[in-house]
Amino acid sequence: MASIAKSWLCASCRRKTSVSLAAKSRYSYSTASRHDRPLRMAVVGSGPAGFYTAYRVMSKVPKTKVDMFEALPVPYGLVRFGVAPDHPEVKNCQEKFQEVASSPDFTFIGNVSIGNTGGHFAGCTIPLASVLHHYDAIVFAYGASKDKKLGIPGESGLQGIYSAREFVGWYNGLPEYAGLAPDLTKGDEAVIIGQGNVALDVARMLLENVDVLRKSDITEAAIEALLKSRIKRVHIVGRRGPMQAAFTIKEVRELMKLNRVGFHDIDMSLMPDEISKLPRARRRLMEIMMKGSTANVDEALKSWSLDFCLSPTEFLGRPDRSLESTVFERTLLSSPFDPSSSVASTTEKLTIPSSVAFRSIGYKSVALPGFDEAGISFNDRKGIIDNDGMGRVLQINKDESSGSHLPGVYCAGWVKRGPTGVIASTMEDAFSTGDAIASDWNSAAPFIKGESSSGWEALRAGVEHGKCKVITWEDWQKIDKAEKERGLLAGKEREKFTSTKEMLAAAS
Amino acid sequence: MATPRSLARSLQSFQISSFQSIAQLSRPALSSRGKIRSNSPLLCRPRIGASLLRQFSTSPLRQHGHIHPPKPGEELYVTFIDKEGKEHKVAVSKGDNLLDIAQAHDLEMEGACGGSCACSTCHIIVTDEGYYEKMPEPEDDENDMLDLAFGLTETSRLGCQVIMTKELDGLKVKLPSMTRNLQASDFGSKS
Repeated sequence: MASIAKSWLCASCRRKTSVSLAAKSRYSYSTASRHDRPLRMAVVGSGPAGFYTAYRVMSKVPKTKVDMFEALPVPYGLVRFGVAPDHPEVKNCQEKFQEVASSPDFTFIGNVSIGNTGGHFAGCTIPLASVLHHYDAIVFAYGASKDKKLGIPGESGLQGIYSAREFVGWYNGLPEYAGLAPDLTKGDEAVIIGQGNVALDVARMLLENVDVLRKSDITEAAIEALLKSRIKRVHIVGRRGPMQAAFTIKEVRELMKLNRVGFHDIDMSLMPDEISKLPRARRRLMEIMMKGSTANVDEALKSWSLDFCLSPTEFLGRPDRSLESTVFERTLLSSPFDPSSSVASTTEKLTIPSSVAFRSIGYKSVALPGFDEAGISFNDRKGIIDNDGMGRVLQINKDESSGSHLPGVYCAGWVKRGPTGVIASTMEDAFSTGDAIASDWNSAAPFIKGESSSGWEALRAGVEHGKCKVITWEDWQKIDKAEKERGLLAGKEREKFTSTKEMLAAAS
Repeated sequence: MATPRSLARSLQSFQISSFQSIAQLSRPALSSRGKIRSNSPLLCRPRIGASLLRQFSTSPLRQHGHIHPPKPGEELYVTFIDKEGKEHKVAVSKGDNLLDIAQAHDLEMEGACGGSCACSTCHIIVTDEGYYEKMPEPEDDENDMLDLAFGLTETSRLGCQVIMTKELDGLKVKLPSMTRNLQASDFGSKS
C-alpha cells in the first residue's frame, strides 16, 4: 500500500503521503503503458554526479527505482576522497545524498564494480553487459580515475615525484594510495606543476599549520608525514599567466590568509594595466594576487609563489635516484592579457631546486571494459564518454557520419564533461542529465531493451556468491559510525579506514 | 482499527504544534547558521525529505524547522520568482535567511553546502536595486562564491547570506536556472 510510513520523510511530509506522489506530479503520463511501471535506473559511481542525477530523476519521474553501484565499500566519491579535509563545509552536500539514499526507491550497492577486473578494487565485479540486460537506463558517473602525465625525462624513474591525485587520495584515505608514504624530509623546496584548485589544495596541505589540519578528517598517516615535513618553500608553476590561471579565488584567498605563510610578489608584467576594467571575477582574482599575503614574506615561516610561464622539461636526480631539481623552459604568451591566450615555447631554461614535485595537470577518465561491445563511444583524447552535452551517450560510429544516441545510456559529471569545476558545476551538469532522462522517459524516446527491468533483484544472486561481499546502505552506516567513533578518540570528526579490508570488517 | 490515513488525520494537529515548538527551541542555534564557517554538525540540520518532494507540490506550506513562523502582526513578506516566472509571496520572520525560507516553502533552491557560504547553488537575483542597496554589503567569502555563479548580475546574492530584516519587507528575488532550459527541439534528434 502506498501510504505505509516512509521513514525518509519528515513528520510534516509524512502526513501527506496518503495521496500517491504520482497523482500529484505534472510529469506523470497515465496514458502511456510504459509509465505504469517504474523506471529502473542503474547509476555507476556514487559521487556527486551520481547522487545529483539520481536525485533529479527521482524528483521528476515518480516511482523511479535507482540502483547505485560503487566499486569501493564507501560512497560519495570525490566528496570523500577529493575535497580537502580542511573544507568540511563543502562536504555538507552529503546531507542531500543521505536524503536520497534513505528513499525506499534507492539501493546502494557498494563494493561492486562494473566491468572492472583486478586493479585495486578487491570487491565484486559485474560485467557491463549483464547490467545493461536488467535496466531501462544506465548513468555513467564514475568520474576520472587516472591522472595525466607530463611525459618528460625523469618523471617515472626518480623518487619524490607524485601525482596530485595520489597525494590527495593519500591524505584523504583513498585505499588505492594508503601506502604512498610521500617523503617530505629530503629538502625544503617543493614544486607543484599545474595551477588549478587541486594544485592549491596540495600547496595548502604543505603550508598549513598541522595543528589546524589535525582537527579535520585527514588521515593520521598524513598528519605524521606532515609533522615531519621540512618543506618551507612551495612553487606553484604554470605554463601560462595569471590571466589564464584555472584556480578560483576562494583557494587563493585561503593561502593568502595562512598564519605565518608569506606570498612572493607575482610578475607584474603579466598583469593588465587597467585591472578595474576587467570582468568582475577576473578583476577580483587579479586584485587578490597583487595584494599578496597577510604575512610578510621576509618574516614568515613558510612561503609560496605562483611561478608563471614555465613549462617543465626534465626532472634531475641525485645519485641515489631521489629528485633534486626540476628544469623548466620559459614560455611566451601570444597575448598575455587574453584569458584564452595561446602559449609558445622559448629556449630559455630555468632550474628550480625541488626535493619533492607534484604534477597536478588534470585527471582523466577511462573507458570501462565492455564499452566497445555495448557500442558506447569513448573519446580517448578528451578522456570523456562522447555525449550530446545533455548526457545522452553517443553510439560508436565507424563512418563518423551521424552520431546517434544509445537508447537509455547516459553520463554525468567528470566522465561527461571532463575533470573541471566545483561541486556546483557537477550539480548543474548532473541536473541536465537528469532532465534529459526524465524528458526521454516521458516522451516516446526508446530506452534499453533488455531481458527484464528487474534490476538488482535479477543481478544479485549472480554477484553474492563466494567471498565477495556487497555493501548495503545499512552496512555503510555501520562503517560511518565506526569511523566517527575512531574520530572521537582522536579528537576529530572522523578517522577514515584506509583499506577496504577494514571497511568490510566494520560493516560485518 | 484506524487506517493509516485516518490516523494521520487525527495526529495532524498534534504534529503541527509539537513541530513548531521544536523549531522554536532550536532557534538560537539555527539563526546563526549563515555565519558558520567551519563544519559544525550540531548546527547543520539535514533537510530530510523535503526536496525530494519539492517537484510534486508547491502550494501547501511545509514547516521544516529551519525557519520561524512569523508572529501575527510581525510578518515580513518576500516574493520568490521561480524558474517558470511564477511568483511565490511568503510571510516570514525577521532573522531567517532566504535559503532556509525557500527550502521550507519547497521552492527549487539547492544550498549544496548547507548554507555555509561555500558554494554558489543558492544564488538569487534581487529584482529591485533599492532593496539590494538596503542589504549589508556581501563579505569577501560571499563575493568569492558569487564569482563562480552562473548568470551573475549586479544585484546577485547568495540566499544563505541574506537575512530578513524589517528594511527588506517586500523584497522580491529571482531564482536563476541551475540548468540549461530544455526545449522540445532538444529531443527531435534522438533516434
